[in-house]
Amino acid sequence: MSRDIGMTTTIETPFPAARYRDVVEDRDFPTVRDYARRTGRAAAGCYPVYGPFELVRAAGLLPVGLFGGGNRIEIAHADSRFQSFICSIVKSTMELGFQEKLGPFKALLFESICDPARNLASVMSRNFADQKSVYVHLPQNMTSPAAVDYLASEYRRVLAELCAVTGATVTADDLRANLRSYNAMRAALRDLYAFRGRRPESLLTGELYTLTRLATLMDPDEVTPILRESLAAANEREDRPKDRIRVVLIGAFCEQPPLELVESIEESGCYIVDDDFMLGWRLFRRDVPLDGDPFVALARAYLDDSLHLSTKHDLRVPRAKAIVESARALKADAAICLIAKFCEPGLFDYALYRKAFDENAIPHLYLEFEEKMWLYEKIRTEVETFVESMLFR
Amino acid sequence: MTAAVEIKYQGELHLLQKEIMAKYYAEATAIAEGNGKKAAHLLIAGNPVELLRAFDVLPIYPEVNVLQIAVRKGSLPLILKAEELGYATDNCAYVKADIGLYHAGGVTPFAKIPKPDVLVCNYVGCNVYLNWFEHLAELTHAPAMNIDIPFIRTPDGEPTEADVRYVVKQLEELIVLLENVTGKSLDWTEFTKIVERSAETGRLWAEIKDMTKQRPAPYDAYFDSVTMMAPLYTLRGTEEGLRFFEVAHREMSARVREGRGPLQEERFRIVIEGPPPWPKLRVFRDMFSRWGAVAVASTYSTVGGLWEFGFRHDPKHPLESIAAHMLSYNVCNRNFLQRYEQIERYVDEWSADAVVIHSVKSCRLFSAGQGDMREHFVRDRDVPTLLIESDLEDPRYFSEAQLRNRIDAFFEALEQRRITAGRVAGGVA
Repeated sequence: MSRDIGMTTTIETPFPAARYRDVVEDRDFPTVRDYARRTGRAAAGCYPVYGPFELVRAAGLLPVGLFGGGNRIEIAHADSRFQSFICSIVKSTMELGFQEKLGPFKALLFESICDPARNLASVMSRNFADQKSVYVHLPQNMTSPAAVDYLASEYRRVLAELCAVTGATVTADDLRANLRSYNAMRAALRDLYAFRGRRPESLLTGELYTLTRLATLMDPDEVTPILRESLAAANEREDRPKDRIRVVLIGAFCEQPPLELVESIEESGCYIVDDDFMLGWRLFRRDVPLDGDPFVALARAYLDDSLHLSTKHDLRVPRAKAIVESARALKADAAICLIAKFCEPGLFDYALYRKAFDENAIPHLYLEFEEKMWLYEKIRTEVETFVESMLFR
Repeated sequence: MTAAVEIKYQGELHLLQKEIMAKYYAEATAIAEGNGKKAAHLLIAGNPVELLRAFDVLPIYPEVNVLQIAVRKGSLPLILKAEELGYATDNCAYVKADIGLYHAGGVTPFAKIPKPDVLVCNYVGCNVYLNWFEHLAELTHAPAMNIDIPFIRTPDGEPTEADVRYVVKQLEELIVLLENVTGKSLDWTEFTKIVERSAETGRLWAEIKDMTKQRPAPYDAYFDSVTMMAPLYTLRGTEEGLRFFEVAHREMSARVREGRGPLQEERFRIVIEGPPPWPKLRVFRDMFSRWGAVAVASTYSTVGGLWEFGFRHDPKHPLESIAAHMLSYNVCNRNFLQRYEQIERYVDEWSADAVVIHSVKSCRLFSAGQGDMREHFVRDRDVPTLLIESDLEDPRYFSEAQLRNRIDAFFEALEQRRITAGRVAGGVA
């Protein structure tokens, strides 16, 4: 895409995602500070994987993805609180508190995703009293008729806790307005993901990653136009597909790999046609209905209309089966499991995925990462070797 | 250091425990060999075993099976088998040993473990439980149910009314599932009797736990509690289980009257937090015994239920009281700061000198954040606290020399602190 700057020269306009590449990695949260300056509203840090973001925003707080410190924060204090065998995101999230990076947040939202995250919620509340820790217990009995009522009341309780922080009063219509905003944002992300699945040469995963991450750092009404603009820009591209294999990449649904690592994987000879990065922010298959009780609608969306996720144990559809079906639908040649070190949900799932991939003759590669890594040569070589073994077999 | 030699203790209680556990495992073996009875797999943390017993379904606890294997030094080959199949070194070794055991045909030195007729995943705090039983469902194709127990997360530390309603509803759904699996209807009279026996068992266990407030404590509330915990889980609600606790109560009461403890001399009273290193249990125990250290309380002994602060099953409201047990009255479903409070009560009410945190890699439910726990006890409470690391099932993580050094250094410092305090109290500068 190019733009005429009114003189004799035409320069390349960067793809929208390029403008935000540094912003999304900045642990001073520039988008959140900017939003607070403009609106006077504070934010809530939302620890992965999924939370009811609509409720947070309805209570008057901007929901912000809190994905630890990445490779931008050196852990100096938190490793005395959490042991060496605990995943990095738990420690680096606590370190954000020790390094006074949590200033923009009045509340922190945690969910029942794994044992370390659960204990982190308690430890954060003991150490950082300025940020109210709110814990959401998401149901794990997806087949019980009682689960919808339970989750709807859990959401009412969570909203009340958040409103106690802000003093807000929330009506059903306020909630519906928030459902509408997040529906629009998720729809834009769904469209971007679908486009990338069809034309990965025109929307690289590094770009899609940046946009998705941006969606966790901005107000949905402000980010959705950027997502739409990006889709239009990608659609105008005329790149020809390179000789690469199509892969689905799974396992990094919570702790996030460095963006450079994601780019390295793709540059090593793959087109990533699906992934589960920040999956909680784009979890629903379709819009949450706006009629009826909004708490119930949001609860039903989680229980009956959400994508498969390693922290959601749905006995109706084994995740490995769902992943295989998704890989087939996207005509993927292979799967890459990119799993955070010490991530128990991801590591347990790998054992099931491996078996399913073998049974379905889907070539697969296992990679382990840590958010704080900054050398990618080893992984690059592994992916290149894997790709070569596929291209030249 | 004065060596405190451990008393060889083989009372009626230990013999009875061996006898009834052998009988329990004989029953499991008979089912595995096809006697037609049903078996359910479920988990230790607050569970509805009373309902299984009412349907005459034998409860099988994978955790108990694999810890028994670890004590007999048999866990590593099973763990390695699971790792061959794609399980990570960083996954819970209980799960890996159980998966390895499945692939070994369920054959152990003490029983043949039957395949489940039904999988009852009581998701009580531990998220790994969900993965574990999902994998068992994949392997065995047995009908499975997750009983979702909302975690304690409200500012008042209590479950919400919606939580209780949700759990009771799920217990009703479990009844339907068990009716389908067994082809029987629930006999409410029998069920009520079972709950009554659980209530009485809980009362006796709570009183036994209270006895370690005495000096000397009549038994070690960590290392000897495990003798009583096995029947508490496998036989709770049965007449045999109740009889065991009557014997235990009688025997411990006699020890209190006679002033007998597990060691010749009780020199330090400690609270131990975290599960034991089963593959090296004896070695680990000796590291404390040689210092005359006796555990007067332990959080591990409350994984299956927290009776010492007043909880009892209620035969008048059986489902509601099982729900309360699962939601509130076990250490696993209580939040991490409630565990700090629990340990504080032990330190204060059981008059402990120190806290020992045994951090196990396998169980992040217990261990994640224990550095913060130590920080709290040392900085906020001035309680000497030792944090050591190993594992509950994987012998590769037990570094004997390092553990011994750290434990020795801790008790040396504790002894020095006591001498200094004595001098100050006695006016010697």
